[in-house]
Amino acid sequence: MSGFPWLSAIIFTPWAGALLLAWLRRLGPAVSRWLALAFSLSTLGLGLAALAAFHPAEPGYQLVERQQWMPALHVEYHLGLDGMSLLLVLLTGLVAPAALLASWRQERTPWLYGLLFLVLQGSALGVFLALNFFPWFIFWELSLVPAYFLIRIWGGSGAARAAYQFVIYTLGGSAFLLAGFAAIYAVTSTLDFPALAAGGGLAARLGHPWATVAFLGVFLGLAVKVPLFPFHTWLPPAYAEAPTGVSMFLTGVMSKMGVYGFFRILWPLFPASLHAAAGTLAWLALGGAVAGALAALVQEDLKRLLAYSSLSHVSFCLLALFAVAGAGPAGAAVSVAAALNGAVLQMFNHGVTAAALFACVGMLEARGGGRRGLHDFGGLRATAPVFAGLCGIALFASLGLPGLNGFISEFLILRGVFGLAPGFAAGACLALLLTAVFLLNFYQRVFHGPAGAGAGHGPDLSGRERLTLAPALLVMFLVGLVPQLALGLINPLVTAWAAGGPRP
Amino acid sequence: MNLLPWTIYLTLGGALLALAAGARSAAAARWLALATALAGWGVTLLAAARFAPGPGLQTLVDVAWIPELGVRYHLAADGISLTLVVLTGLAATAGVLFSWNITERTGEYFALYLLLIAGVYGVFLSADALLLFAFYELAIAPKYFLIAIWGSTRREYGAMKLVLYSFAGSALVLAGLLWAHAASGAGFDLADLAAGPYTVGEQVGMFALVFLGFAVLAGLFPFHTWAPTGHVAAPTAASMLLAGVVMKLGAYGCLRVALPLFPAGLAFWQPVIAWLAVAGIIYAGVIALVQDDFKFVIGYSSVSHMGFVLLGLAAANAGAVGGAVLQMFSHGVIAGLLFAVVGRMVYDRTHTRRLRDLRALPLHRLLPFAAVTFVLAGLASMGLPGFSGFPAELLILVGAWRTSPVWALAAAAGVVLAAAFTLRAMQLAFFGRAGRLTDAVTSGAARPAVAPYQPITWPERAGALLLLGATLLLGLRPDLLLNWITPSLQSPLFQAVLKGGAP
Amino acid sequence: MNGGYAILARALAPEAALVAGALAVLGVDLAWLKRHPADARRRAVAAVAALAVVAAIGLALAVGRIGSVAGGALRLDTLALAVRLGVLVLTLGALGITPGAPALRHPVEYVAVMLFAAAGLALMAAADQLLSAFLALELASLSLYVLTGFDKTRPESAEAALKYFLFGGMAAAFLLFGFSLLYGLTGSIGFAEAGAVLAAPHAGPLAAVALVMVLVAFGFKIAAAPFHLWAPDVYQGAPAPSAALIASASKLAGYALFARLLWAGGRPGGASPGWLTVVAVLAGASLLLGNLVALAQSDVRRLLAYSAIAHAGALLLGVMTAGRAGFGPLVYYAATYGLASLGAFGVLGAVARAGGGGRREDLAGLHRRSPLLAACLAVFVLSLAGIPPLAGFWGKFAVFAAALQFDGPTGPAGGLALAAIALTAVALYYYLLILKQALVAGPPSGGGGRIAVPAPAAVALVAAAGLLVLLGLFPSLVLGWF
Repeated sequence: MSGFPWLSAIIFTPWAGALLLAWLRRLGPAVSRWLALAFSLSTLGLGLAALAAFHPAEPGYQLVERQQWMPALHVEYHLGLDGMSLLLVLLTGLVAPAALLASWRQERTPWLYGLLFLVLQGSALGVFLALNFFPWFIFWELSLVPAYFLIRIWGGSGAARAAYQFVIYTLGGSAFLLAGFAAIYAVTSTLDFPALAAGGGLAARLGHPWATVAFLGVFLGLAVKVPLFPFHTWLPPAYAEAPTGVSMFLTGVMSKMGVYGFFRILWPLFPASLHAAAGTLAWLALGGAVAGALAALVQEDLKRLLAYSSLSHVSFCLLALFAVAGAGPAGAAVSVAAALNGAVLQMFNHGVTAAALFACVGMLEARGGGRRGLHDFGGLRATAPVFAGLCGIALFASLGLPGLNGFISEFLILRGVFGLAPGFAAGACLALLLTAVFLLNFYQRVFHGPAGAGAGHGPDLSGRERLTLAPALLVMFLVGLVPQLALGLINPLVTAWAAGGPRP
Repeated sequence: MNLLPWTIYLTLGGALLALAAGARSAAAARWLALATALAGWGVTLLAAARFAPGPGLQTLVDVAWIPELGVRYHLAADGISLTLVVLTGLAATAGVLFSWNITERTGEYFALYLLLIAGVYGVFLSADALLLFAFYELAIAPKYFLIAIWGSTRREYGAMKLVLYSFAGSALVLAGLLWAHAASGAGFDLADLAAGPYTVGEQVGMFALVFLGFAVLAGLFPFHTWAPTGHVAAPTAASMLLAGVVMKLGAYGCLRVALPLFPAGLAFWQPVIAWLAVAGIIYAGVIALVQDDFKFVIGYSSVSHMGFVLLGLAAANAGAVGGAVLQMFSHGVIAGLLFAVVGRMVYDRTHTRRLRDLRALPLHRLLPFAAVTFVLAGLASMGLPGFSGFPAELLILVGAWRTSPVWALAAAAGVVLAAAFTLRAMQLAFFGRAGRLTDAVTSGAARPAVAPYQPITWPERAGALLLLGATLLLGLRPDLLLNWITPSLQSPLFQAVLKGGAP
Repeated sequence: MNGGYAILARALAPEAALVAGALAVLGVDLAWLKRHPADARRRAVAAVAALAVVAAIGLALAVGRIGSVAGGALRLDTLALAVRLGVLVLTLGALGITPGAPALRHPVEYVAVMLFAAAGLALMAAADQLLSAFLALELASLSLYVLTGFDKTRPESAEAALKYFLFGGMAAAFLLFGFSLLYGLTGSIGFAEAGAVLAAPHAGPLAAVALVMVLVAFGFKIAAAPFHLWAPDVYQGAPAPSAALIASASKLAGYALFARLLWAGGRPGGASPGWLTVVAVLAGASLLLGNLVALAQSDVRRLLAYSAIAHAGALLLGVMTAGRAGFGPLVYYAATYGLASLGAFGVLGAVARAGGGGRREDLAGLHRRSPLLAACLAVFVLSLAGIPPLAGFWGKFAVFAAALQFDGPTGPAGGLALAAIALTAVALYYYLLILKQALVAGPPSGGGGRIAVPAPAAVALVAAAGLLVLLGLFPSLVLGWF
């Protein structure tokens, strides 16, 4: 068991698939699609194998792989798994194949689409598993390249500008991230995350004011990726213009890369700075949650609506983190544990539900001949009851209906934040309320009411489409009814954080 | 290591033979030139395989030459020189491959090209200041004729401007060296000149002359204006060489001559140089963002990247200087790739370099190899991790941070600018017609009526793959070069001027 | 006395050979060749002349350095030997390029006068007394005036000769006057005493006047500003081989003579000689004027004239530093400059022979019309510009290094050296313009067929180019003598 490099396999199998796709591209679109799907599923398979080998109660990283890469620069090829990264790997394993299934009908050069998608998938996995800044940053930046081309070439009419904006914003943030780490490296001569996190963070080693500057740099890079309000302006166009499968992956996995970065890097390395800034940042997170919901309320375009909804949901995760960091040692352990559990679980849950929702909108768009306005549909419940049912479940999960997965994570977050910063909890409730309004509105306008001018007289879900949504829905129920399945993975980690983890 | 002087002799011999062969047939000249370039590169790789890294220059040849003037024929190399001669060999080979389609006066073209290469090898291997200068000037006449005869846009103006700036820079260097020689009373050997003794005031003045003279060739703002004009005017392979290698001559001169000889001068001028370097990075980046001529974008991007090198040198600590040398190699390869795509693959076929015109052509479908090559080269140019630019820029930023964090932050902004202008150029040139919903909706539908271009020839592919391989290899294993560079910086000459910790 | 005359005869053997050669040329032609076709006559006399020059070279080497001769009238030291050899080689070159230039009406007399000029120039190199110096100078000058006016088909030739003669006569008068003052002041005609007077900083008004007179003549001979006015017209009007000789051998001998005179008094008390400042002013003026006006020239020969003025400025630096650095840099620079100029005029002569005019544009497409001429021209022009590894670079370098060592960057010599270095960039510009036409531009649509270069001219040009490369790779061959 210990001999086989599971984590490297997880990351590089999709890349191997990409190469194979390029080599075998002349064999026809069908071969390309199936091959891509197979390699994408490898993540799920290998992830489940890792799950089997994972011992949640053990502290520290498991399945560690560590190789010297560039001794002169203190760069190592260092991979490791803990509960949070495992959960995210499984998330990727679920979302990516679903996204490929949702793009099955896509006609333009399927082999290239599959290739780019697999490269993107591998890069995302690399971000979740790398523990040394050099390889981590390679994967972080590398994910932008396929994303750019996927949006640009297969996207909608405004794709050019959206893709450009997306890349430039993210690269801009990354430049600051790089500068921040350059400063860190200059002082500490190491790039290893666990090593940097040891000893209560870097504030002592860097000294004022450079600790603050490094903190800001790293913060900016991560904040743009999540995105945190007000660095979010790239998000709505990118999510809206991207093709369905890519939107699913963007919202499901890529946004989690940013949040993961906050948990893995910013908080452990700069607990003091985060504690100091937490007040302001919590307002930003709250702003994102509320503003996102408000914006979603007035959207006509369903994809933009979901984009803003994503913004809102992801801001919840960050709100929890900032509340915990802001409270510092004074925070009640129960509240801290609740908030952190909720945040990590929300990453997983939101990924699943948002991806499913984008898939649904993609199906609507296919039936509507390319239109996806809020008012273009209506009364679909009559003509496509299965569709209405499945989409409805996803919507309610996103809403936070008890029994579905969204409820658990949102409840935990609210519970935790309420114990640490009650005012923000109230604001978060407002956001939840608004979310309920626009999601229900969505459901009402599309599936109930008179038949719309656009279309809606298409057939019910095909087998493939059901297969796309089924795993996600299954997970929604499973986690909703037996949350221990997921919480069991992360609770020990969170407890460790709550007890003696990153604190100023 | 003792093989290294043969790079110079082989290349000179090849130049003469190419001239003679050209009189017989163009093909003979080409193959001879390729053989010569490969031979030279092969020699450098052989020497590299046997190289034992260590501080200080390892002497290759040291004979008295002009005792009356104090000049010796002294060739020596250390890890830094080795890095750069390997780059020269690579760039030369790729350049010859990308010149395969020259039909006018082919023999003279390759003769001049190889003469330029020989001069460059000579500069990197010289350990006597006057010998270095002589090789440096040797390269001037070939530069002029290569651009003036085989170039494109405003070639005569571009050639003259490039050469005059280059010569003016070398005039400054000569003045500085003569002054140092007069003041020290020793010969021109670098070690002798470094020994001294000069007053601080003299060092400040001498450093100013020598550094400025070399820095003009390296494209220091605001003396960089010859670079975009000259590189745009030059034929493809010459641009590859000029931006890729010849600009590095300037940086190398700063590193090998100006810094160790006049440390007090560096201490005095350090902030000025650093700020000019940063200004160059940002200014050139902004200008590149608004260009309409594709080649000008690349020309300005070269100035911007060289700004990083000069910043690394100005930061004057071991990490930053090591990063600067790595960046010299990395940018040499990347600039070569970019000019190759723009000049040879695109312009020779489309006969336009205006982004506005290229936007209307679906180049990503007509020239897929060029598109992919440019995307990869563009990513490398942006400093994306996985390619050689990333470790180089990282080291420079880290090193700059150690000396003055403000410089590092300003330079980081340059990284973003590089991403922006590279992306813009790539978008407009290759993907202008990509992703339109009105475009071929199903594969196999009727293509728009654009005449197919001549396919990418094998020399172009070979050259592109060579350069791409180099940048990828260096991106994943920069320690291959750093193992040579870092020990060299431990030599006493460098230690006197470098402060700051280990990388 | 007998011993004295014998030694004098030995010392003057090279000049005697040249004179004998001139007479032989005239005699041979008169006796045998009057009936033969022009070509055969030209070739025959050229052969005889070349033989004479080669003999002179051999004799000069054989005589070697024997020191002061004939009561101090001549001094055969290293300077004399080197310059003599230089003059003779350059004369050989001028003879070589004569067939390549447009044919003259009286080729035999031309060659003879050329040999007389060579004799005078070789004598100038060795002169160590006021009278022998003047004698040699006049012999050379008169011959050169005649050579300038030899082209009867062009009025410019006659005009140039007249101007040269008038200027030259004036300069000679000044020189004689100066020499008489010096004799009056020292009571001796030896260079050593005269030089001492010239070098003494505050020797009185008469010495100052003498100095000025001498410098006027010096300036005229080497075409330094502001005594340069004859140069552009002479360079443009004279037949190519004459201009070549004037530009090369005459300059070399002139520098040798006057440098010897000025430094003959040694360095009084280790201080700088009194004439240093004045010469520095001349040098500065020449550098500036020569380089800047050359920018405006479109006729290649006039451009070469102005560039000669600029080089004169740099060479004066060599004169200024000869006391400390020896005559090596000066002679090396002047000799290699002479070679390059000779070659350039040779090429221009060949182009003129093929029907081209004198403007830059007339050189267009030379690389196609005659690759040999183009390649050689490239070597000559790049050597003039000072590009390594050609000899011109080391010449400039040696002189500038000596200047900066003389009194540092802030003294007159050092400061001029820095200015000269800066102006070399300007010079490169106008030199490259010539090469642009010759090597880059295509041949003109109308005229411009292949240019045939006669064998002697081709040999001379290639030899000159080869020598420049050789001396560029191994400057010690010349510098090692000093």
